[in-house]
Amino acid sequence: MTTTMTAAATVDINYRKVIARALADELATDTKVVFLGEDVGAAGGAFKSTEGLKQRFGDRVRDTPISEQAIIGAAVGAALMGLRPVAEIMFADFAGVCFDQLVNTLAKYRYTSGGQARVPVTVRMANGAGAGFGPQHSQPAENWFLNIPGLKIVVPGTVEDMYGLLRSAIRDDNPVLVFEHKNLFALKGRVPAEPDDAYLVPIGEADVVRTGQDVTIVATQQMRHRALEAADQLAATGVTAEVIDPRTLVPFDLKTVVQSLRKTSRLVVVQEGPPDGGWGATLIASISSHHFELLDAPPTLIASDPVPVPYSTPMEDAWLPDASRIAAVVLQLVRF
Amino acid sequence: MTAVQTETVTRDRLLEMQRRMCEIRAFEDIVKDWFSRALVRGSTHLYQGQEAVAVGITSALRRGDTTTCTYRGHGTVLAQGAPLDRSFGEILGKANGLCGGKGGSMHLADLSVGALGSFAIVGAHLPISVGAAWASQLLGTGAVSATFFGDGAANIGTFHEALNLAGVWKLPVLFVLENNLYGEYSPITTTTANPELVDRAAAYGMPGLRVDGNDVVAVFDAAASAVARGRSGQGPTLIEAMTYRQSGHSRSDPAKYRPAGELEGWLARDPLTVAERRLHDMGVETAELDRLRADAEAKVRRAAERALSWPEPRPEDRFEDLWVH
Repeated sequence: MTTTMTAAATVDINYRKVIARALADELATDTKVVFLGEDVGAAGGAFKSTEGLKQRFGDRVRDTPISEQAIIGAAVGAALMGLRPVAEIMFADFAGVCFDQLVNTLAKYRYTSGGQARVPVTVRMANGAGAGFGPQHSQPAENWFLNIPGLKIVVPGTVEDMYGLLRSAIRDDNPVLVFEHKNLFALKGRVPAEPDDAYLVPIGEADVVRTGQDVTIVATQQMRHRALEAADQLAATGVTAEVIDPRTLVPFDLKTVVQSLRKTSRLVVVQEGPPDGGWGATLIASISSHHFELLDAPPTLIASDPVPVPYSTPMEDAWLPDASRIAAVVLQLVRF
Repeated sequence: MTAVQTETVTRDRLLEMQRRMCEIRAFEDIVKDWFSRALVRGSTHLYQGQEAVAVGITSALRRGDTTTCTYRGHGTVLAQGAPLDRSFGEILGKANGLCGGKGGSMHLADLSVGALGSFAIVGAHLPISVGAAWASQLLGTGAVSATFFGDGAANIGTFHEALNLAGVWKLPVLFVLENNLYGEYSPITTTTANPELVDRAAAYGMPGLRVDGNDVVAVFDAAASAVARGRSGQGPTLIEAMTYRQSGHSRSDPAKYRPAGELEGWLARDPLTVAERRLHDMGVETAELDRLRADAEAKVRRAAERALSWPEPRPEDRFEDLWVH
């Protein structure tokens, strides 16, 4: 039997550079896509993740003043007039500066107007800890928005997901917050050499990253990679872990987690960020309430400590859950 | 402060402006009555006394132009052409209200006429008009966006961010500052280091026009020059319309903090009266002016009765209109 494969040519790229690539592909696909933010144009972005866009797309890429409220508000206004704006908030922590625009204007505009308008705004933010930026430039901010109906939230953890989810976010007719983990910028991956819709990643679909029988570990972004590391450690002890990356927090793909639990009966959620009021606790509450019968051990949340993200390496390292901590918790549950 | 060159407003045009001002006045009088009878929930913020600002500005706009306004926004949304009955319906929380009953008094919006809406967070809407104007600039439509806000909003951060961004990008925005002398319950002099708000325009590289906000013709003239400037790509304008909030801040505010005689002085310069005087000078008979006002009131009353007869939304309707599926 012969199989003919016509695989599209791919290129190697890292997580940081694939951001510009995804933006470029959408700017090229749809002339209604526009992009604004601080230093995103001439400077190519504070993280050099938007290099070349201004040169290629001209006036559709705009450098703004340091005015986060105006950035988000202007994106909403432009969206109401038919454009598909992408707004960059340099560090996710700065979402605090424009919290009102995000939660009261962007999230609620369509609902408040009785469905008169679509508000297809994508907000990109550099997220997360581990790079030594200190308490006001390191927060995983995605949980701040979990309680605000009207915002989709995506948290890509690989190059391929970054590319596919950012493009899907820009095409979505709803507001989407895209969290880009800055401690993953150097991560390598492959994307198509030419724009290819086959590489779009649908919003709301989890990825079963590794299959296993004994425990389900759910983790995003940086923690996804640490969960995989933990799964390697566990394999040496004969425990097989299934690792699921939800990739999207709103809407959340509960079905994939439930399917996995039918097999493993044990749930560990690893969340970067303090434990209270987050997607991890919400997932555990939801599984406990609706699928209690599936569980053979207490569902467990591994989270960061309830303190701000400290600057110094030993303290920041300890703040972030690591692979050996995840593996230790799993072993406890397996022996429960 | 730049001098405004008065343009000619024809008799018919001024009659049309007066008709719209009378409709807004009658609308707000009914809303006030409904509140006193507990027909309306939450709070409301009435526009009586400021009608000339909304009507003067929107009379200078054309189809495709947009407005954003505050929670004191009934007048602006109506002036731009939102239907009376569905506006009433929204305030009553009816299924057929402009927003299906999801927004209420503080959120009237009618995108079909360019009224991008009423925003209930002070100052939040200024950047929305900046964005609408940015789209106009990028798409080359020539459309302008007028954003209405009070003197209170001049002290919140979005004022600075929006005026600066519009100034530096030369966007076609009319920043319409309705200076009604009170930010909620506080007189402007107790909250604002320099109460000469029009002077702030210079800080953002745009002209500032201070006009008599109770004279619809003066407001229109200022708007017309700002619109021309915006359409020709020269950028935004700050218009400070000096006016007066005849009611308190909201339904719970009797406005006892106002000095004796202040209200009476402004009532003598009521925008409807000022326009009537102008029309009289143009040869319009008193009887015609009385008929215009009576016709407007009757029309508004009929719209109110229709809205009252409409059904409530179903509880399950609350799940609609959040997401685009």
